[in-house]
Amino acid sequence: MSTTGRGTPTREGGLDIVRRGLALSPEVREGLGLTLTLAVLSTIGGTAVPIVVQRAVDSGLGDGGRIDVGALVQGLLAALAAILLTAVVAYVMRVRLFVASERGLTTLRVRAFRHVHDLSMLTQNAERRGVLVSRVTSDIDQVSLFLQFTGIMLVLSGGQIVVATIVMAFYSWQLTIVVLAAFVPLVVSLRWFAGRLSRAYDTVRRSVGEMLAVIAEPVVGASVVRAHAIEARTQQRVDGGIDANLSANVRAQKLVAVTFASAGLSGGLAIAGAVGVGVWLGVGGRLSVGTVIAFAFLVGLVVGPVQNATQVLTEAQNAIASWRRVIDLLDTPAEVVDPADPVPLPDGVLGADFEHVTFAYPDGPPVLQDVDVRIAPRQRVAVVGETGSGKTTFAKLLTRLMDPRDGAVLLGGTDLRDVAFADLRRHVLMVPQEGFLFDATLRENLRYGREDAGESDLLDVVHRLGLDDWLASLPAGLDTEVGQRGESLSAGERQLVALLRSALADPELLVLDEATSAVDPHTELRTTRALERLLDGRTSVTIAHRLTTAENADRVLVFDAGRLVEDGTHAELVALGGTYTRLHASWVAQSQMDQGARMET
Amino acid sequence: MSGNETPQNPDELFVASERVMSRGMRLLGDGIVREKGLFTISVVCSVLFGAMTVADAWVLGWATDHLIRPSFERGEVVTSALWAAIALFLGVAVLRAIGIVGRRLVGGVVYYRLVAGHRRLVTRRYLALPMSWHHRHPTGQLLSNANADVEAAWAVFMPLPMAVGVVAMLVAAIAAMLLADVVLTLVGLVVFPALFGINVFYQRWLSPKVARAQSLRGDVSAVAHESFDGALVVKSLGREADETRRFARHAEELRDANIEAGRIRSLFDPILEMLPNLAVLAVLLIGVGRVQSGAAEPGDVVQVAYLFTVVAFPVRAIGWVLGELPRSVVGWDRVQRVLRASGEMPYGALESAGHGAAELRLEGVHHAYGDGPEVLKGVDLVVRPGRVLAIVGATGAGKSTLTTLLSRLVDPTEGRVLLDGVDLRDLTHESLAAAVAVVPQGTFVFDDTVRENVTLGADLGDDAVWDALRTVQADGFVSALPHGLDTVLGERGTTLSGGQRQRLVLARALVRRPRLLVLDDATSALDPDVERRILLALAERTAAGDGPTVVVVAYRKATIALADEVVLLDEGVVAAQGTHAELMAASDSYRRLVDAYDQAREAAR
Repeated sequence: MSTTGRGTPTREGGLDIVRRGLALSPEVREGLGLTLTLAVLSTIGGTAVPIVVQRAVDSGLGDGGRIDVGALVQGLLAALAAILLTAVVAYVMRVRLFVASERGLTTLRVRAFRHVHDLSMLTQNAERRGVLVSRVTSDIDQVSLFLQFTGIMLVLSGGQIVVATIVMAFYSWQLTIVVLAAFVPLVVSLRWFAGRLSRAYDTVRRSVGEMLAVIAEPVVGASVVRAHAIEARTQQRVDGGIDANLSANVRAQKLVAVTFASAGLSGGLAIAGAVGVGVWLGVGGRLSVGTVIAFAFLVGLVVGPVQNATQVLTEAQNAIASWRRVIDLLDTPAEVVDPADPVPLPDGVLGADFEHVTFAYPDGPPVLQDVDVRIAPRQRVAVVGETGSGKTTFAKLLTRLMDPRDGAVLLGGTDLRDVAFADLRRHVLMVPQEGFLFDATLRENLRYGREDAGESDLLDVVHRLGLDDWLASLPAGLDTEVGQRGESLSAGERQLVALLRSALADPELLVLDEATSAVDPHTELRTTRALERLLDGRTSVTIAHRLTTAENADRVLVFDAGRLVEDGTHAELVALGGTYTRLHASWVAQSQMDQGARMET
Repeated sequence: MSGNETPQNPDELFVASERVMSRGMRLLGDGIVREKGLFTISVVCSVLFGAMTVADAWVLGWATDHLIRPSFERGEVVTSALWAAIALFLGVAVLRAIGIVGRRLVGGVVYYRLVAGHRRLVTRRYLALPMSWHHRHPTGQLLSNANADVEAAWAVFMPLPMAVGVVAMLVAAIAAMLLADVVLTLVGLVVFPALFGINVFYQRWLSPKVARAQSLRGDVSAVAHESFDGALVVKSLGREADETRRFARHAEELRDANIEAGRIRSLFDPILEMLPNLAVLAVLLIGVGRVQSGAAEPGDVVQVAYLFTVVAFPVRAIGWVLGELPRSVVGWDRVQRVLRASGEMPYGALESAGHGAAELRLEGVHHAYGDGPEVLKGVDLVVRPGRVLAIVGATGAGKSTLTTLLSRLVDPTEGRVLLDGVDLRDLTHESLAAAVAVVPQGTFVFDDTVRENVTLGADLGDDAVWDALRTVQADGFVSALPHGLDTVLGERGTTLSGGQRQRLVLARALVRRPRLLVLDDATSALDPDVERRILLALAERTAAGDGPTVVVVAYRKATIALADEVVLLDEGVVAAQGTHAELMAASDSYRRLVDAYDQAREAAR
């Protein structure tokens, strides 16, 4: 099932995907049998026309003789009834299909969205996010197009071909064979076309991706392009992407046009054959004039569906590939799951223990190895180390964004894996480096920390963190719109919002990833004060990038190459002469501003 | 929390629908003129297709009167007529197939060429328009102008050749009917306009619903983007269920809009399918009377009846064009806005003559963004060759604006920026870019190899590239990459961390051996230790006479410590200037600013 996800799905694979996809959207499957039956019934109206033509011709129109008007009118009325009834059936069928597929796909969309949030891997790779967004948007849209148009067109086409063939066989099995034989070359060549078409569209899809990437360069990299005067080179790259896309599209279009036309050609062959053989048989007394003419109409009923089928073939493949991607996403197990039988966390401020914890990403080398450490309640811990030392992994394990490969992380003596998420999130909170804000008002962003927080709660927490003057300086106070990703605020102010949000959530253990990007000193000062008040009375673990943070901590944990190498107070570790001493020296050099520090160079 | 990625705004579409016809005609005219040769071929092919469709019915009528009925009457096959009929059926089928290939292939090529051509035009404008224009337009909007909007603008050209052919076909069909029987033609004169009218009404009713669904689709996408971007916050605050509810609300709104549009489609599609069938019944009813009274031949009746069945489907192409037109007009308008935007940045003709580190001089420089307040209010500055200048100031003091002036990403509204005494505006673009390198706050990495990301196509040897990478302490991680310098980066390649990207971007600036290097918070994502080593390496090169003059926007003390001179910017003016020690002694506000770190430290104790 979990095949490559791209390329040409095999017939079985395609049907499997449809079956599994339908199982994931019960609303679609419910009543699908009736909808499909109605779909086949709705093709009957079309066949009433050739029948009534045959009757009209044979009841006297054909030989210009006496016409049994009564019988003819009767036939016409019957056909009229069939056509009207068919239209009503078609209407009912389509409404059922739209309602069922939209409902079912919305369920699938929401389920996939939730699953993305449940996947722990999400937190580690920013580049994959765009892909995940397309799983819950364009991929589902593709499936909906398939169910509502392409797929049902295939059913209708198939139904119409079957019904028309039955009517043909009823009139004359010989002529039916002639007509079907005319389509044999097409059906044979269609297999060849299908392979080429799917490869051609693969190339188109790839070229679209490459083109979008280069088109982004003059927009996203506008200042780089200007600063380095590489306009000509950039235009060349963009033109290259556009041209590759153009020629891929033209190549695919050639195949589509030829495929489509050959269906029409087969139709011509079928009519010529039906009329020729029909006359020859008719002269022998085995067929009526009306039957021969009706066959010309019946061939028309077959040509249209065959033409459609060639056209929807590629669209169907795209849709199946999309469906497969959504299913693959849902098949990806959430590595971090809520326990079936949760153990409640005890009340009060909790400490945390790491018991011989090792962590590795799937198929990767260990990122954290055999870390064994106990953090007492209300202890203030600073975690330091170079990039890639494992300090961020340590923080993620502590908040159960991931589970350890070996060992266990305990909170108040309870394994995190036995704690319900709802319970855990009340006690433990991670404040990421970038204070991510949603495009809404400041109030709504703060309430993200605690949904039921009232106006007084909000103002109270602002006051507690000493940020009244900052709030007063905002244009609309709590009603200030923060903009997309909070861009209306400065980086430092976003950090303040994140702290306020955390204070509202009121956890007992805070895990902080200190911001590295520069913030102007005034905001810096505010942040430091607010943070100080926030941490008061709580257990805290801070990934420290600043000397002061480590200096002020009760305890410093030093990581190097995935191992906990040093553990002690700032003063102890400085004196140790190890990794921390070196780190500290570079920090000091950085903060010393006197001539002496410059002379050192 | 609304989305901004919506490729269509329904209001925009409603406004457009009032003048959609006139704008639509201009759009069609523009496209036809651009691709007149190919478009003509596609229309000719489409007309051939239409004519052959009508001919098909005529052949059936002819065969009825000259082959089928005579053969049945005589009891033997009229051989000459048999071969003629077969030849006619096959000949018409072949010609029609040629028409289909021509229409679909050439028509498709016209569409793809129009789209590709406009993508080129739009991206050329993007490259020509100044940064100030870019700053005024959100990235997402510009990307969709070059992609979705260009496609929407020309989408109407996909069904257009067929629609033109259909008009020809309808004329031919009416003519064929008139030749067959005048009374039966009346059925056509009622049904064809009815088909046309219903199609127009259908599309008019449907297209705002579709536009609304499209806009809601944008909202769903925006919510998903935002929610996944903030995944860490969502997870750590345990808000997954609330986020799912928020997403579900938008998804359900989209669902209801889709169902609403679906109901309209469900109603009209069967009506449009039914109408030609009803016409056939009418033709038979009237036809029988005409044949009985001797006014028409049976073959005529068969031909007219058959015409309705073959013409019915193609007629819908007219509806597709009309349905596509409002969307196309909206897309076209958006694309035109980019193409009409003016304000190219003209460059001078002087080649920069100097060698080695350059002297930078600012004389009375003012700058304001658009009609906004002045960000810089008369800045005078001199940086002697080979010196390192740090710019310090609170948020909003004008630091970043100042750096963008130095490489002419924007021009001062008043005053001059001089490099070795030459106004930047007098230099050619190439010599300006060669002399000045700015490393901005953002780190843009091209979807290309490490080597290309550093050289940006310049003819530089691997030695030079490695040298630059060494200076920025990036040689280590680059040589650890699977293919070293040939490793592909970006969306479809290797992902770098923020700090690695910054180092790469620094190397990109250094490898060109600029005479003036401008760093705007370009080291923020680096570990303090790495940052310090890089800045020291830079200072060493400059001290040895091998490096550029450096202007650096400084936030960290280490950075300020490396500067020969410091400028304090305050609300767009130079508030103080001198060495760090001088400023500490002379300027209260400077002292307050740089002491804030120490105060923060005090407060934390």
